[in-house]
Amino acid sequence: MGITISSESVINIDFDLISPTNPATMGNYTTEQICSQVRRDIIRMVTDVQSGHPGGSLGCTDFLSVLFFETLAINPSAFKMDGKEEDLFFLSNGHISPVLYSVLAHRGYFPKSELSTFRKLGTRLQGHPCTDKGLPGVRIATGSLGQGLSVAIGAALSKKLNEDSKLVYTLHGDGELQEGQVWEAAMYAAANKVDNIISTVDYNHKQIDGDIDDVLPMGNLAQKWQAFGWDVLEMNGHDLNDIRTKLAEAKSRTGKGKPVVIIMTTIMGKGVDYMMGTHKWHGSAPSKEQAEKALAQLEETLGDY
Amino acid sequence: MKEIKMIDEKDTRSGFGAGLSELGKTNEDVVALCADLTGSLKMDDFQKNHPERFFQVGIAEANMIGIAAGLTIGGKIPFTGTFANFSTGRVYDQIRQSVAYSNKNVKICASHAGLTLGEDGATHQILEDIGLMKMLPNMTVISPCDYNETKAATIAIAEHKGPVYLRFGRPKVPNFTDPNKKFIIGKADILSEGSDVTILATGHLVWKAIEAGRILAEKNISAEIINIHTIKPLDEEAVLKSISKTKCVVTAEEHMMNGGLGDSVAQLIARKHLVPLEMVAVNDKFGESGQGEELMTKYHINTPDVVAAAERVIKRK
Repeated sequence: MGITISSESVINIDFDLISPTNPATMGNYTTEQICSQVRRDIIRMVTDVQSGHPGGSLGCTDFLSVLFFETLAINPSAFKMDGKEEDLFFLSNGHISPVLYSVLAHRGYFPKSELSTFRKLGTRLQGHPCTDKGLPGVRIATGSLGQGLSVAIGAALSKKLNEDSKLVYTLHGDGELQEGQVWEAAMYAAANKVDNIISTVDYNHKQIDGDIDDVLPMGNLAQKWQAFGWDVLEMNGHDLNDIRTKLAEAKSRTGKGKPVVIIMTTIMGKGVDYMMGTHKWHGSAPSKEQAEKALAQLEETLGDY
Repeated sequence: MKEIKMIDEKDTRSGFGAGLSELGKTNEDVVALCADLTGSLKMDDFQKNHPERFFQVGIAEANMIGIAAGLTIGGKIPFTGTFANFSTGRVYDQIRQSVAYSNKNVKICASHAGLTLGEDGATHQILEDIGLMKMLPNMTVISPCDYNETKAATIAIAEHKGPVYLRFGRPKVPNFTDPNKKFIIGKADILSEGSDVTILATGHLVWKAIEAGRILAEKNISAEIINIHTIKPLDEEAVLKSISKTKCVVTAEEHMMNGGLGDSVAQLIARKHLVPLEMVAVNDKFGESGQGEELMTKYHINTPDVVAAAERVIKRK
């Protein structure tokens, strides 16, 4: 192991001892296999520290795996904050950090063994993603909800000024859309033709306190985004082919004067039978025994960290 | 006391507008954002000359701060403009997470700070903004005193990498600093040397401190007047050097006593060199409608209050 947690609880990483995953070798694995490994990582990470958000992480695994392994034009081995001539991704619902960290590690941003440091003192893998610790792949702190779309719009405007034709992608929770700032940003992007941005909403109908329809019903989401001037697509967030098709379709609709949003239907907790379709696992970790039950349903494909 | 001459009377927000206008010509990475107050912030000139680098965001300050944070990612240097109240309290969490914690190179430029905003009343007269901003790690807090200094500070913060809060005001006030003087962040400006009392002032209170110094001189009291244009990082060395000579200190600011310059100085002297301190600041009250000068008098932050504080603090030595 190239990572040790010393008695002072400072995590030391010896990069010489670790070869970051080479994305080129991913050619040996299907995206389905990657998804299975990412789901295992999520369960193991949150179980280890008995905290974190497994539900939404499992629900967004298929989308983020397709996005990072098949869609984004990125350069993980030489991460640069400015991201010039690269596609950018912003995770606005920062609490689903376990899935982001696992995908980033397997894609080669940092060694996958570092996943074992999640939420521990001194880690770069903070409870919610941040730039403060210098983790490659993260360009803004998120966690306090509703801020990511504004930041992504700024990054998209910067790309336009720099005559950089690459795109900006975002992911948002559905409950997060209750934050007013999201709609300030949505109004701005459409009015100003920020058409180099593709946002995705994780529509799992759940938030911490329960069903969205019980907490604060949001009506017809697709119609809301349309009314705000966005080009709207809908997709099944667990059908890899549908994700591929809709991401390609979304990309083809950029540069036409409108920002694009995909309303992605998912099941919170997808892949672990007892976590599916309930808000119970939004922000709670399984016990060791429960984790064993979950891991038995998820094949180890790329090797556990 | 050294004679300090007024050149003319101008508003500090026009100094910001002039500085931004100059940056528009000299630094193509500089971009500007405004939340429906372009005229009030004097950003019209930049908007007219660089429309491709100017972003009108409407009345949506939270979105403005987020967009500014995002613009830095592609290497831009965004200057946001709105009133101080809407630049800080209204968007504290956006600044905290997307700007300060993420350490983004955003310049938050805030006009109409303090009581001298005047007739609009307490809803708009923020007196807590320095405190809010100085508590944030990574944040630099600057409060220049006149037109020339605000212009110089605006130009200087473009060269500084990291988040900055730049505070200025609405009314026309005496303009007296050297227009050719380079603004150095974090370096206090000794305006007049003295031996009996140190007066540390910031923003509009710097001129009031100069007026107070003249009155004190007539009473044979020698005041050392220092312009603290950078609240954070505080020029501790300059403050400690002065108080080791005068053995007492007055702070003066158009801000709440809690969280302002006086609070920073109190912390410093309690840790390093304890001397009597008097604070000229608003004491735990909201403002109200009225003319700027009337309000400064009513809320005890005008020239006579600085004089009285100096006399009180000298007696406590």
